[in-house]
Amino acid sequence: MTKFQAPHLEYSLIAPLLIVLGVATLGVLVEAFVPRERRYLAQTVLALVGTLVALGDTLWVFGKLNPVHGKVHPGFVVGQGSLALDGPALFCWILVLGFSALSILLFAERRLEGGVTAFAGQASALPGTEAEREASTRGLEHTEVFPLMMFAVAGMMIFPAANDLITMFIGLEVLSLPLYLLCGLARRRRLLSQEAAMKYFMLGAFSSGFFVYGMALVYGYAGSMDFAHIATAVASGTGAHALLLGGIGMLAVGLFFKIGAAPFQAWVPDVYQGAPTAVTAFMAAGTKVAAIGALFRVFFVAFGGARWDWMPMAWIVVILTMVVGSLLALAQTDVKRLLAYSSVAHAGFMLTALLGARSLADIGPGNIQPVQAVLFYLTTYGLTNMAAFAIVTLVRDSGGEATSFAAWTGLGKKSPLVAGIFSFLLLGLAGIPLTSGFVGKWAVFTSAMSAGAWPVVIIAVLGSATAAFFYVRVIVLMFFTDGATEGPTVAIPSVLTTVVIAVGAAGSLVLGIVPGPLLDLLGRVGEFIR
Amino acid sequence: MTTAMTAHVLMHAPPVVDPSSAHGVFSILWLVIALPALGAVVLLLGGKRTDRWGHLLGVATVATSFLLSLILFISLLGRHSGNRQVSQHLWTWFTAGSYHVEFGLLYDQLSALFLLLITGVGALIHVYSVGYMEHDDRRRRFFGYLNLFITAMLILVLASDFVGVFLGWEGVGLASYLLIGFWQHKPTAAAAAKKAFVINRIGDIGLSLGASLIFVTFGSTSFAVVSANAHNASSGTLTAIGLLLLLAACGKSAQFPLQSWLLDAMEGPTPVSALIHAATMVTAGVYLIVRSNFIFSLTENARTGVIVVGCITLLMGAVIGCAKDDIKKALAGSTMSQIGYMVLAAGLGPAGYAFAIFHLLTHGFFKANMFLGAGSVMHGMDDDVNMRHYGALRKAMPYTFATFSIGYLAILGVPPFAGFWSKDKIIEAAFGDNLVVGLCALIGAGVTAFYMTRLMLLTFLSEKRWEKDVHPHESPTVMTVPLMALAGLSAVGGLLLVNNWITTWLSPVVGAHVEHKLGVGSVGMSLIALVVVVLGAAIAWQLVGQRPIPTVAPEKVSFLTRAARADLYGDAFNDEVIVKPGVAGIRGLLVFDATIVDGIVEGLAAAFTAVSNAFRHVQNGFVRSYALMLFAGALVVLFALLAVNFG
Repeated sequence: MTKFQAPHLEYSLIAPLLIVLGVATLGVLVEAFVPRERRYLAQTVLALVGTLVALGDTLWVFGKLNPVHGKVHPGFVVGQGSLALDGPALFCWILVLGFSALSILLFAERRLEGGVTAFAGQASALPGTEAEREASTRGLEHTEVFPLMMFAVAGMMIFPAANDLITMFIGLEVLSLPLYLLCGLARRRRLLSQEAAMKYFMLGAFSSGFFVYGMALVYGYAGSMDFAHIATAVASGTGAHALLLGGIGMLAVGLFFKIGAAPFQAWVPDVYQGAPTAVTAFMAAGTKVAAIGALFRVFFVAFGGARWDWMPMAWIVVILTMVVGSLLALAQTDVKRLLAYSSVAHAGFMLTALLGARSLADIGPGNIQPVQAVLFYLTTYGLTNMAAFAIVTLVRDSGGEATSFAAWTGLGKKSPLVAGIFSFLLLGLAGIPLTSGFVGKWAVFTSAMSAGAWPVVIIAVLGSATAAFFYVRVIVLMFFTDGATEGPTVAIPSVLTTVVIAVGAAGSLVLGIVPGPLLDLLGRVGEFIR
Repeated sequence: MTTAMTAHVLMHAPPVVDPSSAHGVFSILWLVIALPALGAVVLLLGGKRTDRWGHLLGVATVATSFLLSLILFISLLGRHSGNRQVSQHLWTWFTAGSYHVEFGLLYDQLSALFLLLITGVGALIHVYSVGYMEHDDRRRRFFGYLNLFITAMLILVLASDFVGVFLGWEGVGLASYLLIGFWQHKPTAAAAAKKAFVINRIGDIGLSLGASLIFVTFGSTSFAVVSANAHNASSGTLTAIGLLLLLAACGKSAQFPLQSWLLDAMEGPTPVSALIHAATMVTAGVYLIVRSNFIFSLTENARTGVIVVGCITLLMGAVIGCAKDDIKKALAGSTMSQIGYMVLAAGLGPAGYAFAIFHLLTHGFFKANMFLGAGSVMHGMDDDVNMRHYGALRKAMPYTFATFSIGYLAILGVPPFAGFWSKDKIIEAAFGDNLVVGLCALIGAGVTAFYMTRLMLLTFLSEKRWEKDVHPHESPTVMTVPLMALAGLSAVGGLLLVNNWITTWLSPVVGAHVEHKLGVGSVGMSLIALVVVVLGAAIAWQLVGQRPIPTVAPEKVSFLTRAARADLYGDAFNDEVIVKPGVAGIRGLLVFDATIVDGIVEGLAAAFTAVSNAFRHVQNGFVRSYALMLFAGALVVLFALLAVNFG
């Protein structure tokens, strides 16, 4: 009988992940043991402090890679080979934790709804029933959202750092399940919110099925779930090629779904619109970081040797995503849906970097590497989107948030400051020079172009031009069109939402004017290990 | 293109941009941009507090910028001709490995001239606007936008690399958009602003793709690096870059086939038309081509494209100018046509770069003069723009008439006014290149004489046809003084050619000037051109001046007039060639109701919206359809993978 061997874990290196999971578990205990009236404060402080400590710890681990100067350390494979803590993974952690900290602030905002959070008072009460009214009058709120969110954060950290397919799948599910729930917890327009959650869940489960099937096929091909082994098998070329192709395709479907790439984008607008805006902000920023990180790891590390096989497929998906996102955004008349389609288009722009995949020998020492480009893009996109969604929560009428274009018409007159910041964010999303969006686009397009994907880059530039059109249309609506006098108002938020808007806008501004340091840093640590 | 000329180009590689860093008096360079930028920020963010003195601040910042430009220019004159390129490094925008994108300024012979034009004419127009916008309660905002425009335009001409140019390029586009739609209560103004924006985006795509291609090819976008390495690039790449830059120039400079926005842009306040849509912004395309001479000098194919675009536009603009009754639109047609001359000259390569810039400067003077004159007329005629309601205004508006006449003589190319020297040189160089090109330029000059004479007759001469209750009067001094200044410049602008000063001055930037000897000689060419001009003016005198002028445009007119009134079917062309096939193609695939669309903007938007709506049918909210889509998507992915490997 073989003796049980306890796995060797590098606790100091995976501490950030353990902290997040610990905080999530503690949050569940808080729900059980802390009196109702004190839960809000306890949960908020717990989640925020936990996230910040985890962030600080991640920065400490990141510092071990010598990202700023000195000889770069490639990273650590930890947890018996299940997690790879390299530059891209740790940077994804930093982004995820940073965006989570901002999202917690949005989750905790109470002033906009008159003293309660934007989450349903009692999710089990059917919409429109007496029970719901009672929950509302008693001022109930679900503070479970904080531990739920922390679990999702843990998943978002596992996902891009996973070093084998099993761990990656666990990350995928851990990040998805809490999100499905969170989407259905809106206080206003509950049916829409619940419908969104249901759709997201069903389609998510469907796509996870593809992912698992892909895992099985790849295992059949390589005889291992490990990325390093898969890469070796691909390089040696033994095994049934059809199994590999099927596996790549199925895994790609699962990953593209989470990113919201076409033709798997159908859920994005419905879910983004239905979910509570704070959750949408969290999803838009966090899920994108995690899923893009995971996608790049799978395709660069495990399937890098087979890139001539998957490159044409990637071209098709990238082009479709950009075209569908930009074109559909044109017809939108709702700010939240517009931002949803814009996120689809941005997914396409980010994915152009995937087409920059080459063997390291082909990438000159000074060239912009695909991973470096996409991580920069994720940073700017996340910050800008976070602030944009935060502003969406401010424009309200008696029914809650007013997101139709009609409601936003003439907003510049009512609140020049809010409309001005929103315009700045939109210009950033459009990629006007001197905003961070421009540098991000420049980076991903250049990395794709120097790999010879110029037809895609041309489509991407056309797509950005189209995109600029619908962003500017919103600016025109706000500033140059006379709106109804009896319209929604711009609510004055508490310091929580204000901080999110300020951090997002300032980050977007600074990265637009001095992107150099961050790009440099990412250039140093932008390599995967296996 | 003659073979002799190609050989010549190859012998003289285009000059390399190799500036020395700014010190001494040149270290104030950044202030030239910073001052109007400060003005724009204060005026746009300052709110109502700045209403009272806002316009004065606007004038002061630009005027100070002009003074600084003058100081810089004089200092540059004092330098040795080989040492007149100065760069100022502001900050490193981003570094990625060996790639550096710097944000820096380049002050050399070319940008020096542009600085003077932009701040000089800009300052005059600011002064003029003080009077013109006096009764507008949003005057402060107007000056804020004007300052914003000046800032962006200065960035465009001072940037030391293509990314910086792109920044300015987008900036002037934004300012132009804001200013065309300034009178937002007019739906036509809003539509015109939108159209200008959309069509300019098409040009912008050219610039961003061009800059990207430059970046990928040379590893940098700075003029210094690109000009030093341009000869190493393959001719195909150079041609592609050249054509992309040409596309950019077509958008910004309203050249065929992206010309249709300029006529509509006249919806903006007249000082805007004078500053942006005559003197400065619309010439940015010419600047771009001349600045990129290190690309264009090496690619004959792209230059041929430039020449063709220039020729078509100069004739098109002139013909459109003949049939317009709206005084501003007639002048806009003329602007298109004159920029066509500049583009043509720029396409001639080293033989024409300097003349393109020369004509750009003189045109800046006389066209701004005439636009402001038109504004003065409108000011006196209760904002009526229909020339059929004018007539015999010379007595009511003596200063406007006198200054306008100088502009008129200048644009016709009557010696010794500015336009004579600059346009003549272009016609001469065009004949030196190719007979057909030369004939186009010559015929254009004749048509120019026709429509400008018609405009003069309808407006200032002939009998009065004023509407009731209109009492034309001369504009206030604050408006007439800038007119006189610009008229003065239009009269003496030709002095720049004394001793071939302008070609010598610019040769370190654009390469040694190449002269073509014509059979008829330089003077003979001038005489021929003059005869054509007089002929054009005489025909106008005969057709317009000797007959009664109906106050309503006659319906029974020749096909050509009808075509010209309809902007030579520019919009219809866009509609037929781009919109309708697009719509028809989509209709073949999907069932939807296409609305009959009018104009490229509505057309493109409608086509896109149609596609969008078709997609929206798919986005029906049913989770089962989404799941089906997901499944279909998975099949697409698998098929793409398998097709490549087993296909």
